[in-house]
Amino acid sequence: MTSARRISGQGADETVDSDAAFEKFRQCAVEVLQVPEEKVTKEARFADDLDADSLDLVELVMALEESFDITVEETELENIETVGQAFDLIASKL
Amino acid sequence: MSDTAPAGSGRCVLVTGGSRGIGAACVSWFVANGDRVAYLARSPAKAADGALALACDVTDPDGVEAAFADIEARLGPVEVLVANAGITRDTLLARMDEEAWRAVIDTNLTGTYRVARRAVARMLRLHRGRLIFVSSVGAFVGLPGQANYAASKAGLVGMARALARELASRSITVNVVAPGLVATDMIEALDASRLEQMKELVPLGRTATAEEVAAAVGFLASEGAGYITGAVLPVDGGMGMGL
Repeated sequence: MTSARRISGQGADETVDSDAAFEKFRQCAVEVLQVPEEKVTKEARFADDLDADSLDLVELVMALEESFDITVEETELENIETVGQAFDLIASKL
Repeated sequence: MSDTAPAGSGRCVLVTGGSRGIGAACVSWFVANGDRVAYLARSPAKAADGALALACDVTDPDGVEAAFADIEARLGPVEVLVANAGITRDTLLARMDEEAWRAVIDTNLTGTYRVARRAVARMLRLHRGRLIFVSSVGAFVGLPGQANYAASKAGLVGMARALARELASRSITVNVVAPGLVATDMIEALDASRLEQMKELVPLGRTATAEEVAAAVGFLASEGAGYITGAVLPVDGGMGMGL
């Protein structure tokens, strides 16, 4: 389990683009999940912190696919529990 | 909306297989109810009164996508879906080739999956919606020569129940209508003696009109049916009772 925690360590050079993308991601989440912007942090857990059920997540994925013009496979969504994990998945496709 | 239009009308309704039989009766019912109605058919009839007719075979995923895009642009997101498109390819199992099996499942069951999936994507955002699947008493009676048809129509019941649970939190209801012998082209194709034999199995002793089935579909789409989901409503003159 400890090795999984290392995912969030990223180089500083990526941050500018990544910040803009995260802002877009956050707007999608705010709109679909109907939560205040400040709650959508990378550490936030969809179920516990954002009160999102599985249908909310389906809706969010569809909105993200549309907004970022990407495709997300079902299998890629397994084990995604936090906003940060979801964002990393989206960012990896940009 | 006219003064006489019932409450809850003015919705965008899509009926598949809407050019004939039960589907055409559903189109007329919803138009009369004051709804904005579109229907899909492989060969749409001459302009139906007040409804948007689109040529679309539900076995074609790209065609379904294009039809929904067209409907959404012209009438808005689909709020009521009546999945009615269906075919028969009756023959005894020993003579039923893969093609006869596949064609019936692809239109009746997978076709319903295709339109339901596409409609639900928008209903989730609306936080409301009605899915109504047209099954058949044949799903429960299991007439000889209809292994493919019975399987496809029984499949709709399982699908509806799974979706009823899946979508309930968004106030989307999913119900099934199970017609018995209905006076449509599909029944006309039976020979007279077989039809008489089948009528004897119907307590009401006659075939249904397509309008009688449409009225049940209309009810399940109505405000008054808001607490009904995962149900199977027989419209079969008592033929299936308890099956």
